[in-house]
Amino acid sequence: MISISNLSVAYGAIVALDDVTIEAPTGAITAVLGANGAGKTTLLRTISGLVKPRSGSITANGHALIGERPDAIARLGIAHVPEGRGVIAEFTVEENLHLGALGAKTNVAAGLEEQYALFPVLKERRKQYAAQLSGGERQMLALGRAMIANPQILLLDEPSLGLAPLVTQDIMNTIKILCANSGLTVILVEQNAKSALKISDYAAVLHVGKSIAVRPAAEVAADESLRSYYLGMAE
Amino acid sequence: MIANILTNRLVNDIAGGATQGVVFSLVALCLVLIWRATRVLNFAQGPMAMFVTYIGMTQMEHNLNFWVAAAISVIVGFVFSALTEIVIVKPLYHTAEINPIVVMVGLFTLLEALAAAIWTNVPRYPTAPFSSINFQSDGNPTGLSPLASFQIVAALLVMTFVAGLFNYTSLGLKLRASALSPEVSKLLGIRVDRLLTLGWGIAGAVGAVAGVVVSVNTGITPGMLDALFVFGFIAAAIGGLDSPLGALVAGIGIGIMMQLVDDFWNSNYADIVAVVLLIVVLMIRPQGMFSKNSARRV
Repeated sequence: MISISNLSVAYGAIVALDDVTIEAPTGAITAVLGANGAGKTTLLRTISGLVKPRSGSITANGHALIGERPDAIARLGIAHVPEGRGVIAEFTVEENLHLGALGAKTNVAAGLEEQYALFPVLKERRKQYAAQLSGGERQMLALGRAMIANPQILLLDEPSLGLAPLVTQDIMNTIKILCANSGLTVILVEQNAKSALKISDYAAVLHVGKSIAVRPAAEVAADESLRSYYLGMAE
Repeated sequence: MIANILTNRLVNDIAGGATQGVVFSLVALCLVLIWRATRVLNFAQGPMAMFVTYIGMTQMEHNLNFWVAAAISVIVGFVFSALTEIVIVKPLYHTAEINPIVVMVGLFTLLEALAAAIWTNVPRYPTAPFSSINFQSDGNPTGLSPLASFQIVAALLVMTFVAGLFNYTSLGLKLRASALSPEVSKLLGIRVDRLLTLGWGIAGAVGAVAGVVVSVNTGITPGMLDALFVFGFIAAAIGGLDSPLGALVAGIGIGIMMQLVDDFWNSNYADIVAVVLLIVVLMIRPQGMFSKNSARRV
C-alpha cells in the first residue's frame, strides 16, 4: 500500500501539487488522471524521490519515503517507469534488463529468463539497441526492466504516450496481468483516461494540483461531472 | 636501395610516432572518461597526474623499486582524482557550465605552484628498468627501444583494461548507465554518485600511468605534462569526446603524423599541423571522428 497525505510540491513560486491525498491499496491498480499540467508526473517524481516536496508525507508498505534518495527508494521495491519510458537507447535490450537487475541486486540470469518468457519479443531482440525498437517494444522493455527488480510497487507514467490504440490496449492488458499475477500495487498516471479506467480498480483525478476524487474506477468513469477535469476541458 | 632506406625511415617514424602517440592517447582517455561521466572538461588533468607522479616516483630516490613507486603513483592518482570530484567538482554539477572549468584551471595553477614549492623546478630523473638504446636490426638501429616498447605496452594494457572494464563487466554497465542516464539509473536503484566518483578515480589512475611513462623518458618537472595535455586534448577532440576508441586512434595517429612532419618536412611545423588537423576535423565533423552523438537524440 502507498499513502500520500497532504502532499504539496512547488517549483519556485509555481505550485504543482496542492495538499494532495491519495491512497493506493495493495494489489490494485490506481489510476491518476488529469489534464496536461495537472501535476501527475510531479506526483510520481515526488514518490520516487526525484522531487522534494514542500510538505506532506508519503509512506509505502510502512516506509516513510520523504527525504530518502531516489536509488534508496528504488531498492525498497518501488519501480518507476518514467515518462518517455526511460530505456537507455545506447544499450541493447539485454543490457537494459541487466541494469534493472543490477540496481535491485536481484538474480540476473533468472530475471532475464522470467522477463523473456513474459515478453518474447524482447528475447528476439535482445542483442538490438533499444534505439531500434518500436514504441510498443520500448514500453515492454521498460516494463520488463522494472519487473526484473521484483518490485512491490510499480509507478507508471503515461505508458500509452505515442502508441497506437491497439498497442496501448496490449500494454494496458499486460499491466493488468502483471498486477494480478504478482500482487503488485500499481499507480498508473494517464492522460488516456478511457484506456486507464478500463483496467484500473480505483481512480484519482488531479486538477491543477489538487486531487478531487479517489474512488472506484467504475464510479469515476460513470461520473459525468468529473469527465471534464481529466479530459482537460474544465476552466 | 633508396626504396629500402625510405621504408626503414618510414617504419622508424611510425614506431617513434606511435611511442609518443600512445601517451597522447592516455591523456585523451582521461579526458574522455571524465567528460562521459560528468560532462566536465578536466583542464587540471595534466597537473593532477604530474603531482601524483612526483609523490610516487621520487620515492625511487629512497631506493624504492620502480614498480612499487609506479604503483604508488597510480593508487594515489586514483584517490586524488576521486577526492577532487567529491570535494571540488560535485558541488558544481548543477551550476553554470563554466564553473567547473574555472575551478579546474585554478587547480591547474595551484598544483603546479605547489609542486614547484615542494620539489623545486629542477627535473628529477627516475630510471626505468628498461634500456633506452634502440634495438638493432642487421647492425642498424631500429626506431624502437626496450623503454619505448614498455611505454607502448603499458599504454595499450591500460586502455585494454579500461575498455574491458567498461564494456564487459557489470560494474562497467553501471558506470556507463550512470554517465548516459543518471536519472534513469537512480530510478533503477543504482548509486550514481558513487559511480561518477569511481569514474573520476579511474581517469586519475590512467593519468598517473601517463605521468609515470613520461617521467622515465623526460624526467619530472612541474610542467612536465603541459604540452602533452594540449596534444591529448587535440586527440580527444578529434576522436570525439565521447569515444575511448577515438582517443586511442587519434592519439596514435597524431603522434605518427607529427613524427612524419618532423622527419620529412620541418620539426617546427609538427605542432602546427596537429592544430590545423584539429580545426579541419572540427569543421567537417564537430562531434569528432568516432563519437556517436547523433544517435543519442532518441
